[in-house]
Amino acid sequence: MEAELKAMLSDLETLKRSLPDPSHHASIDKMQLRVEHLTNLAKSAPVQRSKVKDMSAEVVDSNPYSRLMALQRMGIVQNYERIREFSVAIVGIGGVGSVAAEMLTRCGIGRLLLYDYDKVELANMNRLFFRPEQVGMTKTDAAVQTLSDINPDVVLESYTLNITTVQGFETFVSSLKNKTFRPSKEGSGVDLVLSCVDNYEARMVVNQACNELNQTWMESGVSEDAVSGHIQLLIPGETACFACAPPLVVASGIDERTLKREGVCAASLPTTMGVVAGLLVQNTLKYLLKFGHVSPYLGYNALKDYFPTMEMKPNPQCSNVACVDRQREYLLVKPARDAAAKAKIEAEALSATEFPLHDDNEWNISVVDDSELDKTDVRSLDALPDGLVRELPNADEFQKLPVPLETANSIDDLDDLRRQLEALSAG
Amino acid sequence: MEGWDPNTKSTLTQIPLLSIKAGPRDGAAWTQRLKEEYKGLIAYTSMNKSNDNDWFRISAANPEGTRWTGKCWYVHNLLKYEFDLQFDIPVTYPSTAPEIELPQLDGKTHKMYRGGKICLTVHFKPLWAKNCPRFGIAHALCLGLAPWLAAEVPILVDSGMIKHKDDVATSIL
Repeated sequence: MEAELKAMLSDLETLKRSLPDPSHHASIDKMQLRVEHLTNLAKSAPVQRSKVKDMSAEVVDSNPYSRLMALQRMGIVQNYERIREFSVAIVGIGGVGSVAAEMLTRCGIGRLLLYDYDKVELANMNRLFFRPEQVGMTKTDAAVQTLSDINPDVVLESYTLNITTVQGFETFVSSLKNKTFRPSKEGSGVDLVLSCVDNYEARMVVNQACNELNQTWMESGVSEDAVSGHIQLLIPGETACFACAPPLVVASGIDERTLKREGVCAASLPTTMGVVAGLLVQNTLKYLLKFGHVSPYLGYNALKDYFPTMEMKPNPQCSNVACVDRQREYLLVKPARDAAAKAKIEAEALSATEFPLHDDNEWNISVVDDSELDKTDVRSLDALPDGLVRELPNADEFQKLPVPLETANSIDDLDDLRRQLEALSAG
Repeated sequence: MEGWDPNTKSTLTQIPLLSIKAGPRDGAAWTQRLKEEYKGLIAYTSMNKSNDNDWFRISAANPEGTRWTGKCWYVHNLLKYEFDLQFDIPVTYPSTAPEIELPQLDGKTHKMYRGGKICLTVHFKPLWAKNCPRFGIAHALCLGLAPWLAAEVPILVDSGMIKHKDDVATSIL
């Protein structure tokens, strides 16, 4: 644009000189002034910053990563720049997912995969991230537009599809498997999946995909009354999967019967969603960059400012076949893993203490690791910490009926059944 | 099942229960499940007809039986209101219920999610979860869609959000 305007100025200059009649000079001067004014405007217009090759720790105003790299100098994170190797998939780009995407983008995450089938609506404007001029765009397109402006270093992939349909699910799974971004990575093509969807059905689909791919993921949710939320870490085989037990929700702490449900299905607040997105991305950063304690479950009750936590063991009778497979694999490698963990602790203890804690141990007293006992059995309802309740009931136990012997006159052909229903419909 | 009217309860007990826990990605087991679905729908439709309470038409929109389309209707003040009906069988079916859609009513009521998916959270989802995998499409229509229509159509008509098709025709002429 600047070059165009410069060329126009010189064209005007040439024109002025070639005109024998000076009576036009005044109007040409006026045009030249206008072009100069436009040139100044163009210079002040927002420009997208160019990509950065390496994350620098240099503290200058022009370095987008200086405050993040400072985490390293302060000893919080060992190697912050590793964040550029990581891929995170965000399913659901709504009130929580879009904010989580922006946070990760600003943190300089390597690659983001975004999934949603919805469009931006004016009704979304009570939440963060999307802007009124984006109404009508798909949420994925609008997100890519904003995120690529904020940080062009992040590789963005968007998928406008519904993951609960058979076709959508196939695309979802194959996109998670794609390893072109970092071919050397073990397992799937992503480091973490964040579920930011707003319904049980979609969560169960993310759970299904992650169990099949042995993919660690984090679940997030905000209640329909907008005053509570939660995040949960799910490691297939190691922690309870989303189908191991009916989902937990944070009790609102007010009498459920006083809640007015007439006429509406969902309320939402930018505050609750922002808090949950913040908790989710904080846990994500701790998990990816290996600092602090990664929460297995963290609830948020906004009315009482109460944050319940808990851990859940997987259910050996889980109805999800892939979950049970992952549990079996996890148990197989358990002895080796425990030995490695013990060796690590011993090595640390050895370097820390040069003399034995006690010279003699007449009674053979030993410290037993009780961390395994802290985990709650996922099916037991009474062991739930205060403030957490089940959202849905367990499936009733029922005996598998013996397969009835098909009598000769009972129809058991799919086409015949289809025709029978059609005949009924026509009548 | 407390709080349900005796009619719905007795109808429900007559829809055959399903036994095979299989979804659209389960190959031959899904075909078996699909047969059970058809048997349930056939039993429910013929029961409705014999009780003079016929209120929907439905058929599989693809050979795999993963997408279903049809019509449903509700009579209010002696006038019949008819709507398109559609849903996909989710990959996690039957652990999760189909999300029934009435696309023509999208944006007309709060008791609906985007795309015209009816809100089933309170009255239906817990029942479905409790009875997995014995409930099928017929049960979802009987316990999910039927009570939704009974609750919402009168409100939609009385508030003027929907008009009977005859009224629409006369206003055009």
